[in-house]
Amino acid sequence: MPKPFTPKVITANALLEGDVIYLADNGWTRQLAQAEVLTDEAHADLRMIEAAAQTDAVVGVYLADVALEGDTPVPTHFREDFRARGPSNYAHGKQEQF
Amino acid sequence: MYHYTDFDDAFLKERNAQFRAQVERRIDGSLTEDEFKPLRLMNGLYLQLHAYMLRVAIPYGTLNSRQMDTLAMIADKWDKGYGHFTTRQNIQYNWPELRDVPDMLDALAAVDMHAIQTSGNTIRNVTADHFAGAAADEVADPRPVAELIRQWSTDHPEFQFLPRKFKVAVTGAEADRAVIKAHDIGLRIVKRDDEIGYEVVIGGGLGRTPMIGKVLYDFVSAEDLLPTLEAIVSVYNLLGRRDNKYKARIKITVHENGIEDIRARVDARYALIRDQFTGIDQQMLARIESDFAQPSFRKADVTPYHNTYQHDPLFRSWADTNLADHRNPDYAIVSISLKAHGKTPGDATSRQMRLMAQIAKRYGHDELRISHEQNVILPHVHKGDLPSVYYALKAEGLGTANIGLISDIIACPGMDYCALATARSIPIAQEIATRFDALKLEHEVGPLKIKISGCINACGHHHVGHIGILGLDRAGVENYQITLGGDGTEDATIGERAGPGFSAEEIIPAVERIVLAYLDLRNDPAEEFLQTYRRLGLAPFKAALYPEAAQKVRENAA
Repeated sequence: MPKPFTPKVITANALLEGDVIYLADNGWTRQLAQAEVLTDEAHADLRMIEAAAQTDAVVGVYLADVALEGDTPVPTHFREDFRARGPSNYAHGKQEQF
Repeated sequence: MYHYTDFDDAFLKERNAQFRAQVERRIDGSLTEDEFKPLRLMNGLYLQLHAYMLRVAIPYGTLNSRQMDTLAMIADKWDKGYGHFTTRQNIQYNWPELRDVPDMLDALAAVDMHAIQTSGNTIRNVTADHFAGAAADEVADPRPVAELIRQWSTDHPEFQFLPRKFKVAVTGAEADRAVIKAHDIGLRIVKRDDEIGYEVVIGGGLGRTPMIGKVLYDFVSAEDLLPTLEAIVSVYNLLGRRDNKYKARIKITVHENGIEDIRARVDARYALIRDQFTGIDQQMLARIESDFAQPSFRKADVTPYHNTYQHDPLFRSWADTNLADHRNPDYAIVSISLKAHGKTPGDATSRQMRLMAQIAKRYGHDELRISHEQNVILPHVHKGDLPSVYYALKAEGLGTANIGLISDIIACPGMDYCALATARSIPIAQEIATRFDALKLEHEVGPLKIKISGCINACGHHHVGHIGILGLDRAGVENYQITLGGDGTEDATIGERAGPGFSAEEIIPAVERIVLAYLDLRNDPAEEFLQTYRRLGLAPFKAALYPEAAQKVRENAA
């Protein structure tokens, strides 16, 4: 039996800055909390095709697992947690804006 | 040190202009990422976890003050005010933006530096003993031949698409400070009947399948060196596996075919190509050697050193750990620790870089070195100047007296930056250093090398750490495996895995148990950790690491 589809977001790096970005309803966002949460596999496939086609703006598009806290997506794996926040030795990256 | 010729300048200018155009074509959409990626990698530009990363080569670890000042300027202008010195004598900038990289490369070119072949399946930055040209135990300075190899390998048309990356290290001394036995090719300068030649070691490497290099030739004469290297890389280029990335390094080629078979192939290839080397390389080497002439050492009073040594215990502690013997008895080699307790190993701020440049210019014959252990070296400091150097360094957080001690940790960037990493390294290094600083034990423990890698690729050299730590992802949680008894010197040894891994919370107490066990087990304070380990083996350390398992064994025996 295929595994049930778990909630995901589409993520990549911005071509110019290299920043971690997430696909939102209208374009890309730098905040995971604003990402579009994908709960339907067919819809996720479609959004992946749309996202991956934007080769002039983004690099390395993939689906990342998330859990939902209320409606807000949060990372399930520590790698995605660091990507969403920044490195642990300096307050650089996204945490600079928090 | 080596100064670029008109040819070098023109080559670099053209190469940087090419890359600038490639970046523009990527941004305007003419190049896809698949097309652009190999081009950016050839110029040292990675896309990492949070941002791009530019890796700049510091050939054989040698810099002058002008170059160090430029590294600081680049950190301020296009990055976040710091740089990370790596285990391969490179500097990495963690936050450049794509549009700025061509300008960064032009700024580097203005001081004879580049990022070419710091990535990709090519011959990488040639590394060398960081005490080169100064060490008391040296047969000859390894830097001229390292520079010759840099020139030979840069843009070498046959070797731009090797099966995998290829790393060369050179040492000029019996004591191996360049980890040559863990390189694809390791060279050691040797003397036979007054003739200078090279011992050639191949097939060393760490990573997924760690191997200690094997001696291919015990003596290759100077004029035969480049044709021999060309023959080795040529044989590897054809024979090395391209079907499996994890079996593509020359260590596997040597392992699968045997050193005798490789030697026969290299001999055959050498016979075929030897005529192409007409001796021009030796003329070039002679010219390069004149660039590396020894500085004119000055005669001056060394009394300030002895006075300060006697009266300032902090200076004395620093002098005892951070100085090494210079070939001139009035001089010392200064290791500047980039391992202040609790800081990121190998990181220097732009202020610190500028200060080190200033000190090198004023007190150090304008020379700086980067060590594979992620520290900065002032190779030539007159002993009379040591107090001034120490107090200046201390004022900028660079006076830590811990070279070779437990907090002088090698750590790769790990999952804080690296896209390949499976766990973090930096916080583990920070916590170990902070913990042993709090215990005030590290000077009592003495020489002990901890090396941490955040993935199996082993950039943090964990296999050759006295205590090696490897960070892995175990079912979505960071997990740290310990290896013991590794050694990266001329007695190179791969460490033994101690047993099951530890969580991020458990790893610091685990390291502490090993160190406390060593203090109990050593014959006397003169017996270093590695000596005790070699005398007793893994068992008593394993018992200390896993007390519950040891308890069960005792119960079952009772």
